[in-house]
Amino acid sequence: MRTFKMGGIHPKENKLSAGKKAEIALIPTQAIIPLGHYLGAPSTALVAKGDLVKVGQMIGQASGFVSANVHSSVSGKVLKIDDYIDASGYKRPAVFIDVDGDEWLETIDRTNEIKRECMLSAAEIIKKIISAGIVGLGGATFPTHIKLLIPDGKKANVLVINGIECEPYLTCDHQLMLEKGEEILVGVSILMKAINVTRAIVGVENNKKDAISNLQKLAKSFSGIEIAPLQIKYPQGSEKQLVEATTGRQIPSGSLPLEVGAVVQNVATAYAVYEAVQKNKPLFERIITITGKSMMQQSNFWVRLGTPLANVVNQAGGIPDDTGKIVAGGPMMGRSLSTLEVAVAKGTAGVLFIPTFESARKKMQNCIRCAKCVTNCPMGLEPYLLMKQSENTMWTEMEINRVMDCIECGCCSFTCPSNRPLLDHIRFGKMTVGKIIRSRKNP
Amino acid sequence: MNLILISLLTLLIVGALSAIILFFVSKKFEVFEDPRINVVEAALPLANCGACGFPGCRGFANACVKADTLENLICPVGGRPTMEKVAAILGKTAPEVSPLIAVVRCGGTCELRPRSNQYDGVSSCAIAHNLYGGETGCSWGCLGLGDCVVSCKFDAIYINPETLLPEVDEEKCTSCGACVKACPKLIIELRKKGPASHRIFVNCINEDKGAVSKKACSVSCIGCSKCSKECAFDAITIKNNLAYIDSEKCTLCGKCVDVCPTTAIVEINK
Repeated sequence: MRTFKMGGIHPKENKLSAGKKAEIALIPTQAIIPLGHYLGAPSTALVAKGDLVKVGQMIGQASGFVSANVHSSVSGKVLKIDDYIDASGYKRPAVFIDVDGDEWLETIDRTNEIKRECMLSAAEIIKKIISAGIVGLGGATFPTHIKLLIPDGKKANVLVINGIECEPYLTCDHQLMLEKGEEILVGVSILMKAINVTRAIVGVENNKKDAISNLQKLAKSFSGIEIAPLQIKYPQGSEKQLVEATTGRQIPSGSLPLEVGAVVQNVATAYAVYEAVQKNKPLFERIITITGKSMMQQSNFWVRLGTPLANVVNQAGGIPDDTGKIVAGGPMMGRSLSTLEVAVAKGTAGVLFIPTFESARKKMQNCIRCAKCVTNCPMGLEPYLLMKQSENTMWTEMEINRVMDCIECGCCSFTCPSNRPLLDHIRFGKMTVGKIIRSRKNP
Repeated sequence: MNLILISLLTLLIVGALSAIILFFVSKKFEVFEDPRINVVEAALPLANCGACGFPGCRGFANACVKADTLENLICPVGGRPTMEKVAAILGKTAPEVSPLIAVVRCGGTCELRPRSNQYDGVSSCAIAHNLYGGETGCSWGCLGLGDCVVSCKFDAIYINPETLLPEVDEEKCTSCGACVKACPKLIIELRKKGPASHRIFVNCINEDKGAVSKKACSVSCIGCSKCSKECAFDAITIKNNLAYIDSEKCTLCGKCVDVCPTTAIVEINK
């Protein structure tokens, strides 16, 4: 079985919620729909205070190229458009909607019937994706249409679909592949049409055997879609590692996958594309995992975007008593939450409750030059060196040592026997070097 | 014996030749350096902090000697006495400087600003700021991880263990501005020291709406504009729910201190 060559680690999988059927989360009494995404410019609000909105109605218009439309996930009355304090403690603009009933836009096809035929042209497909506000649902929330609009002079010849879910604990993509396998594959063939390729590879890690066999069975009736079971290794879900694992092509430093003719999309994105193109349903719902070792029940949920996380967590059984840390996303790359009064956003893959005995950081010790971080870095960097340079503000040297190639996967910090906070320092250095590079480009 | 003699002679000749060449080269390429630069440099504090904007004290001395007037050339560390010495050496007049001091504009102590979460990452304000708003509901306030303390070359700023906020030692602070640059939240400001260190300032930089900031911290500025109405000298401006006192216009009358409902305006060394 294939995988990527350099580095990588094997954290304990802990996929506790695997195979749990995704329940429908309750619709909240008030939805807070953020107008900004993690990546790109926030969209401009199209509604005003007091307006009545329906489910699926566009309430935020993309305000630039790297930006996406925002749709209402509930029906009701707009309470206000105001800043709300998100999990990081900073203000973001959001639309607050008081929910009243559940009235959908008439254009949305709510039947469960699977529509396989798509007669639209590539340009029409992309137009629909733009209007549905689809962003990469793997976590980075990069607007999907940008990846599909291939610049002149470049040509894609393979579509790589990311069904890896290499983060421990998370099972939302896994569950989606089990429950909506056919829809995903229709979405994949629509995406293939949009970028005009005849071959697609769906990479799935081998710890999801049921999903692999499900997709393989379904893929027989689709032309050009190959399901590739891959060896289990973190961070295989990263774009560059995935392209190498599935196609054997290595992406040069500082380039995008398109450089080697590949376009990467997540399975959840493919599903969202299916719904947008075939069912006229914009992106206002996603599947998230609520899990943790001390949780009474492990669960996956279909959640309307904008639902406060606290609501979903309550439905899943509440916060366990011994919780030391609450993480949005997986344990490797997720971010700690300071409050649960945060709305589910397009990029929220799950909530993880880490018990106290696992949550505290261990005491940092001196670097013993064992080079474990170097061996395990999937990008071939020298994390121990970058950390030292970041501490000593040696930005030029960091740039020479290719800090911008860091994918912030956390393999270095995970593997360090001296518990050194390598990634914390490298991430800070990467941010600073990035600023320097940008200021050099447009002074 | 012969061998030793030959080698000694060779060395001698090579040495002598090199000396002659070096002598002429040094004459030919001699760089004239104003001897006053050394004298001026000796009069400076020699902290090499870079607060003057030049690379170290020698760079500043060089600039002082070359400049026609000493205007805009101020050593913030030495202040007026040092500049007078420099002026005496160079026969120029020293510029007027009003002494400045670093002011930490956050009053959110542990009791007044309740903690809502716990940060256990790397002890660096810059890194924590990059991650999130901080351990309290106020995303503007001091993180208390001490980047300013690390940046200070004069040992003039320290974290008070009771309040967990940085405090400036008025005797030691030279207003070099290193802490101002180090603080990622832009809390520290260089302000006029005032007569006998008597000064009034808004001890908060929270730009949230009044209700939000008040909830997070009981001594935050809520932007009620009572102070700006009270001020007879137009020294107080309200912008983004936050008052700011212009130290140039402030006459230290203290009226704003009395009207502030949240005690966010602080008067010290009255």
